[in-house]
Amino acid sequence: MLDRIGAKTLDDLYSDVPADFIFRGEYDLPDAKGEQEVRDYFEALSKKNTSLKVFVGAGAYDHYTPSVIPYITSRSEFLTAYTPYQAEISQGTLRYVFEYQSMMCELTGLDISNASLYDGATAAAEAMKMAIACAKHKTRVLLSNTLLPNVLKVIETYAKYHGVELGFIDVNKGQTCIVSLKNELAKGDVAGIIVPGINKYGIVEDFAGFAEAVHTEGGVMIEYCDPSTLAVIKTPKEWDADIAVGDGQSLGIPLCFGGPYVGFMTCKKEFVRKMPGRIVGETKDSEGKRCFVLTLQAREQHIRREKATSNICSNESLLALFVTVYLSLMGPEGMKRVNDLSYGGAHYLHDELLKTGKFAEAFERPFLNEFTLKCNVPVNELQQKLLDAGFFAALEIEENYVSFCVTEKRTKEEIDSLVKVIKEA
Amino acid sequence: MKYYDKLIFELSKAGRTGFSLPENKWNVSTDALPYGIRRTESPDLPQVSEMDVVRHYTNLSQMNFGVDTGFYPLGSCTMKYNPKINEEIANMPAFQSEHPLQPDGSVQGTLEVYYELNKALAAITGMEAFTFGPCAGAHGELTGLMIMRQYHLQRGDLKRTRIIVPDSAHGTNPASAAVCGLEVIEVKSKPDGLIDVNDLKPLLDDTIAGIMMTNPNTLGLFEKEIKEIADLVHRVGGLLYYDGANLNPLLGVTRPGDMGFDIMHINLHKTFSTPHGGGGPGSGPVGVVKALTPYLPVPKVVLDVDGKYRVKGRATATICHRSGKMEAQENCELAAGEVSGFMGNFAIMLRAYAYILMLGKQNIKMAGKLAALNANYVKETLKDCYKLPIPSVCKHEFVFDGLIDDGAKPATPDSPEVTGATTLDVAKRLLDYGFHAPTIYFPLLFHQAIMIEPTETESKETIDAFMDAMRKIAVEAKENPDFLRSAPHNTPIRRPDETTAARNPILKFKDQPTE
Repeated sequence: MLDRIGAKTLDDLYSDVPADFIFRGEYDLPDAKGEQEVRDYFEALSKKNTSLKVFVGAGAYDHYTPSVIPYITSRSEFLTAYTPYQAEISQGTLRYVFEYQSMMCELTGLDISNASLYDGATAAAEAMKMAIACAKHKTRVLLSNTLLPNVLKVIETYAKYHGVELGFIDVNKGQTCIVSLKNELAKGDVAGIIVPGINKYGIVEDFAGFAEAVHTEGGVMIEYCDPSTLAVIKTPKEWDADIAVGDGQSLGIPLCFGGPYVGFMTCKKEFVRKMPGRIVGETKDSEGKRCFVLTLQAREQHIRREKATSNICSNESLLALFVTVYLSLMGPEGMKRVNDLSYGGAHYLHDELLKTGKFAEAFERPFLNEFTLKCNVPVNELQQKLLDAGFFAALEIEENYVSFCVTEKRTKEEIDSLVKVIKEA
Repeated sequence: MKYYDKLIFELSKAGRTGFSLPENKWNVSTDALPYGIRRTESPDLPQVSEMDVVRHYTNLSQMNFGVDTGFYPLGSCTMKYNPKINEEIANMPAFQSEHPLQPDGSVQGTLEVYYELNKALAAITGMEAFTFGPCAGAHGELTGLMIMRQYHLQRGDLKRTRIIVPDSAHGTNPASAAVCGLEVIEVKSKPDGLIDVNDLKPLLDDTIAGIMMTNPNTLGLFEKEIKEIADLVHRVGGLLYYDGANLNPLLGVTRPGDMGFDIMHINLHKTFSTPHGGGGPGSGPVGVVKALTPYLPVPKVVLDVDGKYRVKGRATATICHRSGKMEAQENCELAAGEVSGFMGNFAIMLRAYAYILMLGKQNIKMAGKLAALNANYVKETLKDCYKLPIPSVCKHEFVFDGLIDDGAKPATPDSPEVTGATTLDVAKRLLDYGFHAPTIYFPLLFHQAIMIEPTETESKETIDAFMDAMRKIAVEAKENPDFLRSAPHNTPIRRPDETTAARNPILKFKDQPTE
């Protein structure tokens, strides 16, 4: 091969690299390992982790992942494929993304879905940029202070560098305050608002009057949602929101210390040209067969460069397959059941915790699988006792306010033993 | 590969289910939620059995081409083999089941991966430290530019709002710069494909935040004037950003940190062998030189004096740790911010770290050189039938500018005009031969660009077979360009009508016209 190239050694291929820059040392890395050594190494590492019963949500939910999901998503035709630029040999990817888009539209009620974004927090930041792009000459976006703190932080980071001015909507009794919203809107210059369907306290928010107030001022309403719960709570469409975003992790994706997850975004059809990310559409091939392609690419970075709506290219395609397979297995009935089981467990735990006398009700508001209580005993001591007993629970949302989450995975026995630990604490 | 025409919605039968969940034995259900916040109509999701689901997605998979199916000479994408041990490690239950906010003490194994991978990447690149928040390459670019801006802003240097990007750059570079609030200034390439230093000089002043470069660039050429470029940019107070998309050929040869770069991202899904997943998940960790470490985004993993790993700078409280007030105590106040919801794509990091451990310090040094060998071998072998605009030695990839003889013939009294075969036609015909197409029509410097990157994991035999196909296609173009223009002929579908797809968008099942 070197002969063909006309080189004597491999180093000849680097004759244009200045000698000063040639790395002559030894990498500060371990020696090469065999497969079994690598496996042993990671097994030893994994034993340094402690498995805990998870009673915390806060943006990552311990739902059950059916066996079919890893079975399908580890098929190498899906796993080792590139972005489906060559539609003729990528119909597998393109079809499931089309199905994913259809399902996300069903859950949110909105018209258009993209092929996925990185995660919920960055999807919210993309939606913020979209609001600015849709509303010409307006530079402010309002964020509810009931959004999860990590989501707020990511939006703030993007806003700082993108030149977006942020305003904040106050909390009233655990829910985004409509009076505060109207006050902020009255200051003018608002391109959009971002509010959570289920907020950091676990409260299912009531957006009566929100969309009308925002639309009157010419802004867009963006709802940050947990898509799993949209099977039973009022949808972004029913609230007349314009854009829905969130994290698809709750739809069959393992916790995995925070990633990979999948950001989703759906919107009303009038906003499609401003939507970031890939979109798959249906068409026909030259013989009239139904097929699917990446479409509306004129929005994207490889065509528009610095004028693109977003810099995103790779997204979380394989995780969209997790979601698609999950929703196919669950169907409408399974999605209702998951929420009913979580609701039942969470409400049982809520009532049992109040009976211990160590907590007080924080807000008289409806919740689904996550709730917040005022803690009347020292929080750190309580958390440590729970941890020692193998529970990850009572996350401190605000000083002396702790939250709990119950998914369908938590059994009555587990809940009872959690309560027992707290009683004895 | 065989054509299969169903969508999961079309398999739906009312009442059929594919889930397996316990009965609801709680005395309540979501029906107890107040009417005003309850969904009124259930979502119209498919109603199918488990076997329906398994067969459907298995059939879909059989219309897909992956690295495990065949060779992917896709320029700038580094489609190397994805070792299977990495998958097993990423799927270990003790790594998969950890909640991202679990207390540090319960995830010491996980945090050790962050710490050790950081060290390994620093050793390989010559950077000081990495952040793992970015979930993809473009996300890494954006994060890197945020760090660059934060550095200038924190020094009170507010006028640096412009960034220099070469005309050969990936489209994500200017797009990331724009998202980061920077004005893009383009610097031209010379006829030999390298940055024109004389064009660069007049662009440099105290409004320049920095320059974004790939080295080797998108033509696979090493920017040998990098030292002069680095000096020029540093002299006016700017920083150098290294786009790690093309890092692979430098493994074992040179390090971005030694070349004068200040900030860089790595595509773990390219250089470090993690699977592309049909377009993600990727991972785009960003590294910086020592002086810039205070500006790295949070959260970050540190090793405490007691030998325990700790997460610093989280927005959300964790057990036994209160949020908010902690940031100042943890010296995170200069950080560029938070760029993703938790701590990046951990399962991708696991795979990349396993890859590094398997290769070890000995073998990782060979990866870059073998990638360059394969690329130059293809370039030299095929240059008699494909136009090679830049003949110099390449690194991991190179660019042809279409066919030498595309088969076009002017009209004669006896026969009508014959239109030649384009780069698109060559790409489509390759699919018939069982190869993925190269990257086409990029970089934009050439009208018929065919960008080929074979990677180091392909054997000579595979590469020879690919080149045989490329040669046959060149002959076919000469003899019968129309045959190429209608390729592919043997794939599950033929060329799709993209114009109609964009003109009359059908973007979900219910958009379909009812017949």
